[in-house]
Amino acid sequence: MTILLLLIPAALAIGGLGLAAFFWALRHGQFEDPQGNAARILMDDE
Amino acid sequence: MTALRKPAPALDRTVLTVPSMHCAGCMSKIERGLSAQPGIASARVNLSARTVTVEHDPAIEARELVRRLADLGYEAQARREELAPRLSAATPLLAPLAVAGFAAMNVMLLSVSVWAGADGSTRDLFHWISAGIGVPAIAYAGRPFFKSAWNAVRHGRTNMDVPISLGVLIATGLSLYETMRHGQHAWFDGALMLLTFLLIGRVLDAMMRDRTRAGVDALLSQAAQGAMIVGPNGGVSWVEAGKLAIGMIMRIAAGERLAADGEIVSGRSRFDQSLLTGESAPITLHRGDQALAGTLNLEAPVDVRVSHAGHDTTLAEIARLMEASTQNRSRYVRIADRAARLYAPAVHTLAALTVVAWLIAGAGLYQALVTGVAVLIITCPCALGLAVPVAQVVASGALMRAGIMVKDGSALERLATVDRALLDKTGTLTMGKPLPDPTTLRWLTQDEAAVAVALASYSRHPLSRALAAALAGSDIAAAPLTEVAERAGEGVFGHWFGLEVSLSRPQSGGATMAVALAIEGRPVRLIPFSDRLRPDSAAALTQLGQMGIESSILSGDRAAAVGEIAIATGLTAQANARPADKEALVSRLRASGRKVLMVGDGLNDGPALAAADASMAPGSASDVGLQAADFVFVQDSLVALPRAVRAARRTMAVVRQNFALAIGYNVLAVPLAMAGMVTPLVAAVAMSLSSLIVVANSLRLARAA
Repeated sequence: MTILLLLIPAALAIGGLGLAAFFWALRHGQFEDPQGNAARILMDDE
Repeated sequence: MTALRKPAPALDRTVLTVPSMHCAGCMSKIERGLSAQPGIASARVNLSARTVTVEHDPAIEARELVRRLADLGYEAQARREELAPRLSAATPLLAPLAVAGFAAMNVMLLSVSVWAGADGSTRDLFHWISAGIGVPAIAYAGRPFFKSAWNAVRHGRTNMDVPISLGVLIATGLSLYETMRHGQHAWFDGALMLLTFLLIGRVLDAMMRDRTRAGVDALLSQAAQGAMIVGPNGGVSWVEAGKLAIGMIMRIAAGERLAADGEIVSGRSRFDQSLLTGESAPITLHRGDQALAGTLNLEAPVDVRVSHAGHDTTLAEIARLMEASTQNRSRYVRIADRAARLYAPAVHTLAALTVVAWLIAGAGLYQALVTGVAVLIITCPCALGLAVPVAQVVASGALMRAGIMVKDGSALERLATVDRALLDKTGTLTMGKPLPDPTTLRWLTQDEAAVAVALASYSRHPLSRALAAALAGSDIAAAPLTEVAERAGEGVFGHWFGLEVSLSRPQSGGATMAVALAIEGRPVRLIPFSDRLRPDSAAALTQLGQMGIESSILSGDRAAAVGEIAIATGLTAQANARPADKEALVSRLRASGRKVLMVGDGLNDGPALAAADASMAPGSASDVGLQAADFVFVQDSLVALPRAVRAARRTMAVVRQNFALAIGYNVLAVPLAMAGMVTPLVAAVAMSLSSLIVVANSLRLARAA
């Protein structure tokens, strides 16, 4: 059962990392122009 | 450029709307084209909002940017202040949803181990970890519900959020207590799952409203309203509508709308007042006549001296009437809240009765309370909370694909009950703009049509544009022209292989509107223009009748013009109605118990649109019409009307089924809870199952429109 002491924090940390990433994306305007971002990958820059 | 980069004055930021850009090519063309120009530091396109944000030298005016974009091949307009993007409704809910989802998944994993048989110190550990994740998550993710519930309770009302908040809070409190007592059951998973499901419903609902608002904003005329003002020395400059002052002289080109009321001081032209008064026939005004703000100049440039500006115009008067009539509608109580009025007292009484019954039966206070709380948790309206929003979101999505935009969910509820329709004539039953006679166009030879398209394309005149649009559909290549010139008030003149050609005002100015197409050496072709009924209007009105909705025409136009349309559609009609008359008729019908649908487009329909139980406007409507209406349909066809009503009725049928399903679930689950047989496992299964059934039932609406 001692493995739980390792696994539970590990699982929570990984989940928390995802949550933090999502919050970062929300704060930094990553969802402001979904259509434009989809189109931007097609632009060949100079 | 280097001069600009000095510590120099801060750059100005201007947002322009560019409705015609739609692809990666457009984006790079605009961004690179603009940033390469002197005085412009950067340009960034937002394709979702169809805008470009330009940082530039303050010396460059917005109109100059519009001109530069026109050189790049894009029609653009500086965005009006009041249209700056308002806060999205969905974004503030995303973070709570993410937290609730994350916490629910982790706690559920721990709960599964507990259900699988973990006991003793392991179970305690799992409960404590669940509490550590669950309590802060519930406090954060539950705020939208707690806030709304608190607001309702404080004002002595109740809504769906009251039983939700009570259920969640009590479940959390009981679980904490159980965890501290090393108890067997903790309900953190149930509370979090409930919040996640409900937040999904809310986010979907908010996204639907965001999407519709974006669609309606795109239709609003985004141009900064204003006028070219003639200065004392003859020079002209652009002045915004808000800064127009009495006595200024506006120069109004053909095809422009007046920004303020005024008196014509030079020139004569015909004006289209249909948005303002509903009158379809353009009126001729000359020197000394009064022209109203919002009317469209059809023929020749005129100079107008401003007599009223800002809050004194006829426009502002209509706006005041509208404000007064919107209050009727805010009294509408949504179906979910009506259900909550019955539901909340019922479940709270049941829970109280359970406690009393167990006490009478001789159980201890603790056991009686736990059973009562279990009743509250199991009746927490997960499925009820989803029953309405999910059905409305799915139906709005279907309507959106069919070209009908729904402003909010309550509009669908109100439209479903409608049994009386009032239709405006100009612009609603009819197209609201002069269109070339199709028979005449069919008789034009290939050459004539090619010349007509070419000539029309040189002019911004409303008739030219209507002609170009009508001929563009029939794949005719424009003829090559030389020496083309547009003479204001007369027409477009040019040469075609050495022959003189022209598209001009006919010599004999009859009562009907027409243009003359002249090609040297051939007979002159006269193309008459008139307003026409929308396509499928007969079918649409028949369908409305079959649905038990009585329709009639309510127009501000003259009796003769209304009579013509009344005969063509077979409806009864009221003519010469002023904005206040329209609103009064709507109120009278509502007072006699009818549920009224108002369909209109003009400024003069605004008060009636706001007063009616439900309202619709075509996409071509005035800004006032678009903002006042609950529904906006973008295609020409009038079939959108019966289609929207049918979809609304089907949505309400599904909502009622969802309520029946949710209540059916309660009928099964509540006796179990009252008997004290509900464990967190049972609650979790029952909650998800009932939610899934309700969502699945709502998805049937995907083809509702």
